[in-house]
Amino acid sequence: MVINSRFFNRSELIGFFALALVLFVILPLFLDIFRLNLVAKYLTYAFVGIGLVLCWGYGGILSLGQGVFFGLGGYCMAMYLKLEASSVANTKIQSTPGIPDFMDWNQITQIPLFWKPFHSFPLTILAILVVPAFFAFIIGAAMFKRRVGGVYFAIITQAIAAILTILIVGQQGYTGGINGITDLRTLHGWDIRTDHAKFILYFVEVVLLFGCIIAAQFIRLTKLGRILVAMRDQEDRVRFSGYSVANFMIFAFCAAAVFASIGGALFTLEVGFMSPSFVGIVPSIEMVIYTAVGGRMSIFGAVWGSLLVNFAKTSLSESFPQLWLFGLGALFIAVVLAFPNGLSGIWADYVQPRIDRLLASRKPKSAPGYVADGAPAE
Amino acid sequence: MLGDYSIGDLGAILAMQGFAGLILFSVYVLMALGLAIIFGQMGVINMAHGEFMILGAYVTWMTSNAVQHFAPSLFPGYFFLAMILAFIASGALGMLVEWALIRHLYKRPLDTLLATWGLSLILQQAYRSIFGAREVGVELPDWMMGSWPATDSIQIPINGMFVMALTMLITIAVAYVLYWSKWGKQVRAVVQNRVMAGAVGINTEKVDCYTFGLGCGIAGIAGSAFTMIGSTGPTAGQLYIVDTFLVVVFGGAASLLGTIASAFSISQTQSTLEFFLSGSMAKVITLLTIVGILMVRPQGLFALKVRK
Amino acid sequence: MLIGHQPKDFLLAVSGLTVSFDGFKAVNDLSFYVEENEIRVIIGPNGAGKTTVLDLICGKTRATSGSIQFRGQELTRLRENEIVQAGVGRKFQTPSVFEDLTVFENLEISYPRGRTVFGSLAFKRDDAVKQRVEEVAEMIFLKDRLNTYADQLSHGQKQWLEIGMLLIQDPDLLMLDEPVAGMSVSERAKTAELLNRIIKDRSVLVIEHDMKFVEDIAHKVTVLHQGQILSEGTMEHVKNDPKVIEVYLGH
Repeated sequence: MVINSRFFNRSELIGFFALALVLFVILPLFLDIFRLNLVAKYLTYAFVGIGLVLCWGYGGILSLGQGVFFGLGGYCMAMYLKLEASSVANTKIQSTPGIPDFMDWNQITQIPLFWKPFHSFPLTILAILVVPAFFAFIIGAAMFKRRVGGVYFAIITQAIAAILTILIVGQQGYTGGINGITDLRTLHGWDIRTDHAKFILYFVEVVLLFGCIIAAQFIRLTKLGRILVAMRDQEDRVRFSGYSVANFMIFAFCAAAVFASIGGALFTLEVGFMSPSFVGIVPSIEMVIYTAVGGRMSIFGAVWGSLLVNFAKTSLSESFPQLWLFGLGALFIAVVLAFPNGLSGIWADYVQPRIDRLLASRKPKSAPGYVADGAPAE
Repeated sequence: MLGDYSIGDLGAILAMQGFAGLILFSVYVLMALGLAIIFGQMGVINMAHGEFMILGAYVTWMTSNAVQHFAPSLFPGYFFLAMILAFIASGALGMLVEWALIRHLYKRPLDTLLATWGLSLILQQAYRSIFGAREVGVELPDWMMGSWPATDSIQIPINGMFVMALTMLITIAVAYVLYWSKWGKQVRAVVQNRVMAGAVGINTEKVDCYTFGLGCGIAGIAGSAFTMIGSTGPTAGQLYIVDTFLVVVFGGAASLLGTIASAFSISQTQSTLEFFLSGSMAKVITLLTIVGILMVRPQGLFALKVRK
Repeated sequence: MLIGHQPKDFLLAVSGLTVSFDGFKAVNDLSFYVEENEIRVIIGPNGAGKTTVLDLICGKTRATSGSIQFRGQELTRLRENEIVQAGVGRKFQTPSVFEDLTVFENLEISYPRGRTVFGSLAFKRDDAVKQRVEEVAEMIFLKDRLNTYADQLSHGQKQWLEIGMLLIQDPDLLMLDEPVAGMSVSERAKTAELLNRIIKDRSVLVIEHDMKFVEDIAHKVTVLHQGQILSEGTMEHVKNDPKVIEVYLGH
């Protein structure tokens, strides 16, 4: 991949370095490890957000089931960590030592077959990338090939999120049920619960986040990115230009699924457990709102949206638990009604022009880097 | 419904199970009816539909308490008053929401979905702040309690029969309003061709507003009926919203008959499976089947043939 | 009279084509043949099924029965994008361009390379692409608007852009649905000039109401009425056909 001078335009470059400065330098310098770990938790949603920018902002495909993929990634990682934490030595008080505690509580005496691959770390990493892509491909192929999109797609993906949650909660012996998979300790022998480990994991996550940002930006800048935009408005014209629209939708949906899954896997590492409450309808739709608040057309916006909304959620629900849901609800409505392009839209419409005017000594009239007026408003 | 009695000789348990399925069917139909109007006729995704239902349930609860307190002699009939009040309260809130929110978003269906989800969060928190987080249950009048012995071994609960009868009545009323009344024709005219409907003198904005209000009002009645068989909490609506949407979509969004057929097949599948499996697996298999069928046949059971 | 021919002799051979919507036959047992480099105009009153015929050929609507052979390839079994790749281009009645993309990007998307998902990821904007885009942009009078977003263009310019997008596909059969409708007089003249230039070396199927325009370009005219062919032949022949006069003037 050649990063040429136009990979980021000027304002995107500023955005890139501003984000890097904040995440790599400012936050680690000024936050204690507890708060930094919270930031790490918020940032796992940014992975989902980046996927949603591609799939929803660019491709116009709204998935209300991103929690499914977040959960798949998270559970894959959790299964690996749980197996490692359930060594015979750690679990000798159980009636069947060597299996996860919740299996023992549910009278299961053998590790089920689908858990077996998660003894291996490379297979776990592979599963985190492949399993969600596989499911997204099945769902996408079934629906997009039949030209089901828009609202129907949103409802079906939401139903899938509901189904997976019920399944996980119901199959307690295999999944840990409503409590999820808890009491995770070490990654390849390295204790992930220490402050030091949390510090390192934060940086691992931020590096991966920037990797995803660059990957998403790369996709956006290829012809595929332009086809996604084209498809959103004129599906038929894309078809009659010789493209299989369904394949492009499947790609966008699969890419979003993989991004979400990486986020989920990191969530498990940062927080130390995984549970169905991060899989279902409510978290899935909240992930959409993080993206919408940041700006559905902006990759950086998705990151800021995840950070800011989650920060607001934590601080509001700490001090005014009642206000939080009112605030979140109002935020949903306000963003949709008044600011369909979210914070990045506000930035591009109000802040950027002022900055430009300040620097207006020599300004060639150039096309904006991302389409600020891309909202399907008209 | 009569089939229920004839299978009585197949075994009392099976009959009771079938009856449980019929009650579930009634609940699904009641919830789906309002949504079939709003989503099926107007194409609006109202994720707050469950909260409109819960509003009806809370209104019923308040009416029951008020009647018990101020006019205990009228208590046996309070439910009819409660239903009317629930319809008015949910309908009025629906019209307000249409005016403030929905009408700006008719061309952006996905955004409607997000905005109404926001609304549902606000309503949930409002219920929690006003009524408390605990579930509330209404007290049934004496005549609704107990059960009717169909045979020696089969007991049919009276409140269940009442809900079923109510469902039938409301369904007929909605079918009448939509398909035979002048107003229903206007609604369908607006749905089919908004510009043309406006051109022939239909006030499309008013029709939109009343249609949305009607859908929400029916949700209110559904919530009211719901109190007869279960208790109500602030987040109860959210539990049902996915099921309800699937019922409507599975039935073929624009078809009332489809909605009923779909509610029937889904509820019977689920209650039959519950007989063999755990509740959660029954639900998973039912929902998976619906999703699977919808992937193969996206137009649902009863799709209108349209020339594209 | 055409029974002896192999369909292969024609670029496009439509035979026995029928489509019914809920029992209403919009196109009824229609057969016609288009030769290489022929310019065929389809005329007919409203509701005659003209646009439906184009929809059927390009795969937008599925035929109930009948066959559409393009260079011996059966189109009724292909998906829309496969039909495009086989060499059929279609312009819609209302301009359909990608409003959120620039003129350059609109044309580039239509450039016939990298049409698969991974092909489009690997697609490079090389000199061949740039040159071809500029060439076409010049033809469609949009050379100085390459960096303009398409939603900024006038109605006529959007029509030209769509024609340009077809042109860059370089189809063997070009289908145009009312290419000059809704244009100003001067735009109309420019479009006629443009069309006259691009219809060389390919077959063209045009739906048009503007009779002067039809007379200018048509090799052969097919008159549709109620989903069936009423008359076919040269403009002169068709104009004097009593059945045509009856349909157009009789009611």
